[in-house]
Amino acid sequence: MGVENLMSIAAKDIEIIAHLARLNLSEAEREEALNSITSILGLIDQMQAVDTSNVEPLAHPFEASQRLREDVVTEQDQRDELLALAPSADRGLFLVPKVIE
Amino acid sequence: MNLKQGIADISRALAKGEYSSVELTRAYLAQIEAQNAALNAYITVTPERALAQAEAADARRAKGETAPLLGVPLAHKDIFCTRGVRTSCASRMLDNFIAPYDATVVEKLDQAGMVTLGKTNMDEFAMGSSNESSWYGPVRNPWNHDMVPGGSSGGSAAAVAASLCPAATATDTGGSIRQPAAFCGLTGIKPTYGRISRWGMIAYASSLDQAGVLTRSAEDAALLLQAMAGFDPKDSTSADLPVPDYVAALAQPLKGLRIGLPKEHFATGLDAEVEQQIRAALAVFESLGATLVEVSLPNSHLSISAYYVIAPAEASANLSRYDGVRYGYRCDKPQDLEDLYKRSRSEGFGAEVKRRIMVGTYALSAGYYDAYYIKAQKVRRLVKEDFTRAFEQVDVIMGPTTPSTAFPLGSKSKDPVTMYLEDIYTIAVNLAGLPGMSIPAGFVKGLPVGLQIVGRDFDEARLLNVAHQFQLATDWHTRTPGTQA
Repeated sequence: MGVENLMSIAAKDIEIIAHLARLNLSEAEREEALNSITSILGLIDQMQAVDTSNVEPLAHPFEASQRLREDVVTEQDQRDELLALAPSADRGLFLVPKVIE
Repeated sequence: MNLKQGIADISRALAKGEYSSVELTRAYLAQIEAQNAALNAYITVTPERALAQAEAADARRAKGETAPLLGVPLAHKDIFCTRGVRTSCASRMLDNFIAPYDATVVEKLDQAGMVTLGKTNMDEFAMGSSNESSWYGPVRNPWNHDMVPGGSSGGSAAAVAASLCPAATATDTGGSIRQPAAFCGLTGIKPTYGRISRWGMIAYASSLDQAGVLTRSAEDAALLLQAMAGFDPKDSTSADLPVPDYVAALAQPLKGLRIGLPKEHFATGLDAEVEQQIRAALAVFESLGATLVEVSLPNSHLSISAYYVIAPAEASANLSRYDGVRYGYRCDKPQDLEDLYKRSRSEGFGAEVKRRIMVGTYALSAGYYDAYYIKAQKVRRLVKEDFTRAFEQVDVIMGPTTPSTAFPLGSKSKDPVTMYLEDIYTIAVNLAGLPGMSIPAGFVKGLPVGLQIVGRDFDEARLLNVAHQFQLATDWHTRTPGTQA
């Protein structure tokens, strides 16, 4: 996958991306995704026309970096309240389908 | 009592004892009850909480308290966590999510004594420009029910425009406050990135997201911003800067103000009748002593391209937290952990959210990171430098907020790119982190037109001042649906 095929995204790429994003797409959704992502990439690729070889990337509008704080506990204990939001929880644990055989 | 008034007028009326906060709150709740079904502006209405807050405010006032926002109602966009109240972000994913804490914005406005009427509709996870991507259905524009209210803060805008609340909180990542303000005839301000805490504001694109307000006037916005702005240690990108007196700054005359007009915002694509209204508004500023200067933002046409890499990339990372395990939607009978993740996310997210997650995942994937993500960040710097150069010559930048007035429901929702181009004048402001505002500046065929005002970083006081002086000289901001000729 290189810069030369920026404009072309294939059906198999859609499957790979959907897996990376942990999404299940139906066949119809995959086709829709291929079409819409192709047109979005067409829009995005307009920026390839501008020369940015001497430009530094800008990640934060004011180039601020993350502030450090003292390593102390500030959170209150909300264990029961938070577990009550879980789709499935038991004895203080979040439950998921069996992972280890 | 007059429900079409803004919060400054309500504040004065409450101070004079013309009515109590409980009476006013009941009147708004009745208005919501009568009109919300047609507009779909609120996702959740919280009458009990509202009346309890209103009673508390009346009690504080009876004891002699006079804080300006004490007992004044408002609505919160359903992106702000409200403890004990469903906070859905207009997504099926969070339809069952009762926030376990308050957003800093909510906490600050609660402390100021405000009354929360409910939570407003929006595009799902704030992704959209028409409020059509909500899990709870589209919102209608109070000026014309066949039209969209704009998005993503469409519910907040429709609620204020239809007098279902006097003001509402909102958020803006690419235009989500300013475009609905323009479409619904309101004053909307997106402050500088970092000016208002993002703690408890559900994340879409963290380097762009900023909280703000939709109000009836610049004076209303100044009162709210005064209470909302300021450093928050809980938000690592919050700006540690003093908050000026926004209300005091409103009165400054505009003589000598230099207004920059980006030639790129008055070019092909701008509706001719919208342009006429904008030019007429600019003439008002000239009559107030301002001078108009042409400026150029030569890279602004690239801002949409850069935004649709950066925002989806950040969204794809932010939305990875919705996994069906700790909170939110979980699919029925998962076969294994991967099936749980995939089906919970596929069933919990709507089409536009999935689309942006896919685009973002692609842009960040091996082999494309430099060509898309780093390239977009480089373009972001070029866009920002355009503004830096322009602000060497002028104090504020003005132009249309949107290329045209509100469009019909369904007319752009089939084609994402057409929808994305809707934000052509607003997105660059988010990339540069600057404060931006939209104020009512006339009508075209019965639909409101918005004038965008952009300022230097952390110069919200100047934006509010400029908008207020215009509102002293015009009455566009006082028009409400049904009364406009």
